[in-house]
Amino acid sequence: MAILFLVEIAGGKVKKASFEVASYAAQYGASVGKEAVGLAIGSASEADLAQLGIYGAKKIIHANNAGFDSFDASAYAKAIAEVAGQVNADTIVISQTLTGKAVAPVVSARLKAGIVSGAVGLPDANFVVKKAAFSGKAFAYVKVETPVKVVALVPNSFGASKGDGTAAVEASAIAPAASRITVKEVVRQTGDVAPLPEAELVVSAGRGMKGPENWGIIEDLANVLGATTACSRPVADVHWRPHHEHVGQTGVAIRPNLYIAVGISGAIQHLAGVNQSKCIVVINKDPEAPFFKAADYGIVGDAFEVVPKLTEAIKAFKASQH
Amino acid sequence: MKFLVCISLVPDTTTKISFVDNDTKFNNDKVQWILNPYDEWYALVRALELKEANGGTVTVVNVGGAENDQVIRKALAIGADDAIRIDAAGELDSYAIAAEIAAVAKSGGYDMILLGKETISYNGSNIGGMVAELTDLPYVSYASKLDMAGNTATIEREIEGGKEVLTVDTPFVISAAKGMAEARIPNMKGIMAAKTKPLQVVAPQGVANLTSVVKYELPPAKSACKMISPDNVEELVQLLHNEAKMI
Repeated sequence: MAILFLVEIAGGKVKKASFEVASYAAQYGASVGKEAVGLAIGSASEADLAQLGIYGAKKIIHANNAGFDSFDASAYAKAIAEVAGQVNADTIVISQTLTGKAVAPVVSARLKAGIVSGAVGLPDANFVVKKAAFSGKAFAYVKVETPVKVVALVPNSFGASKGDGTAAVEASAIAPAASRITVKEVVRQTGDVAPLPEAELVVSAGRGMKGPENWGIIEDLANVLGATTACSRPVADVHWRPHHEHVGQTGVAIRPNLYIAVGISGAIQHLAGVNQSKCIVVINKDPEAPFFKAADYGIVGDAFEVVPKLTEAIKAFKASQH
Repeated sequence: MKFLVCISLVPDTTTKISFVDNDTKFNNDKVQWILNPYDEWYALVRALELKEANGGTVTVVNVGGAENDQVIRKALAIGADDAIRIDAAGELDSYAIAAEIAAVAKSGGYDMILLGKETISYNGSNIGGMVAELTDLPYVSYASKLDMAGNTATIEREIEGGKEVLTVDTPFVISAAKGMAEARIPNMKGIMAAKTKPLQVVAPQGVANLTSVVKYELPPAKSACKMISPDNVEELVQLLHNEAKMI
């Protein structure tokens, strides 16, 4: 018996979210005496895949057929279902990245395996799993009643814990089912920082910035922290910032460790997308901004003065740590 | 072209969430139920736009009891031609709901099945992928743009930090995110017409749940926000380091 997890690859590299599901599968597996086995779909080096052993994976099955490069949720799901059968997996763990959100329900229906989507904790002895619900306003404990189970894990909710060890990488000849979807173009942001749903540190700004030309101080703060930038809905709507940066109920829901919100009032729809952040810092010139009620730390002040000062203070702090 | 739009009912965004029966059931008391915004704003409106441009019919489908009819009529008021309510009682999980919808979808011969990217209540993002698998149709999730030329759709979908452009032929299942369409407010003519549009009630297949909710829990109350003087940002840095352990 095994716990199977999906290893996602983007641009030839293992996605950070996949280290987390490796940890999750390994820790759950250890509690029930089963091995964590990853299914990696796409092209990546054997050395990179073996690294998943650090997070507790025993074996990585590598499906490297070029046909998988054009993403089709059904083709992924068929491959996962087939490999789950081969390794006799009774639990399948998939990160709720945008890829995972497409694939996990297809796998669930294909295997008639009950799914917990939005999981934020490990299964207990009765396979009851805590999940986020009501857009972060509550949690539900869901019991899966089927022999095979699917867990769709919220990115950055569990954490990736490092140990030592390497995973054996085994090439699989598994080929995708004939795809009915043709991918024409993939456009990705470039740079070193983690894409939004996976980011641990996020600096976000809103209308209080007054115009797109003023985003330099936000980017400076993000750079010194190694954080990803984000924005509120009104800012994306008027194209001050790219659409993919919009966090909130209609945009991307995120769960970073640290969320710094500058010039965002904190409307309920915005909070719904960020309220699961572990630590929230709000900088706003309006002391009545509702966001302060959801924040851990707040500064009432002018962003154009406070943010550059904060950037300098963090720089000085980081320098003092070396 | 025949469009089927799956609509779910959810508590209004501003609802104070609470639970009853020892935290095992959602407290329905005084809850204002609305169409799930993503189903309404993006999936339904885009289907209506495509119908208006190229002809066809838009059917909405909902799984639930007669108490849902009033909200289903809102979808008709916005412009759907007819509605199907699958008259299932009790708490259904995502698989049971998807299986009920799949049965209706199969018998109706639809060219496109649309729904929102997720509900704002359970945030599962499950129904679309499950309906696609149960009807053996291709599935495109988190679409932000959808254009049709004949039977071929060109779709933009969100991926981490970017987007993907793809094509797929009908029939297919698509989940809709921001960008697909703009919300429409029903006008008086639509509201009047909705009263006489067909709302067909069909018996459920009685598909069994694969999961159950054991209990609910509210997040722990947030401790009060620590305010820091704008003239002392160094204090924030120290708190983030020593207390929050974030940097």
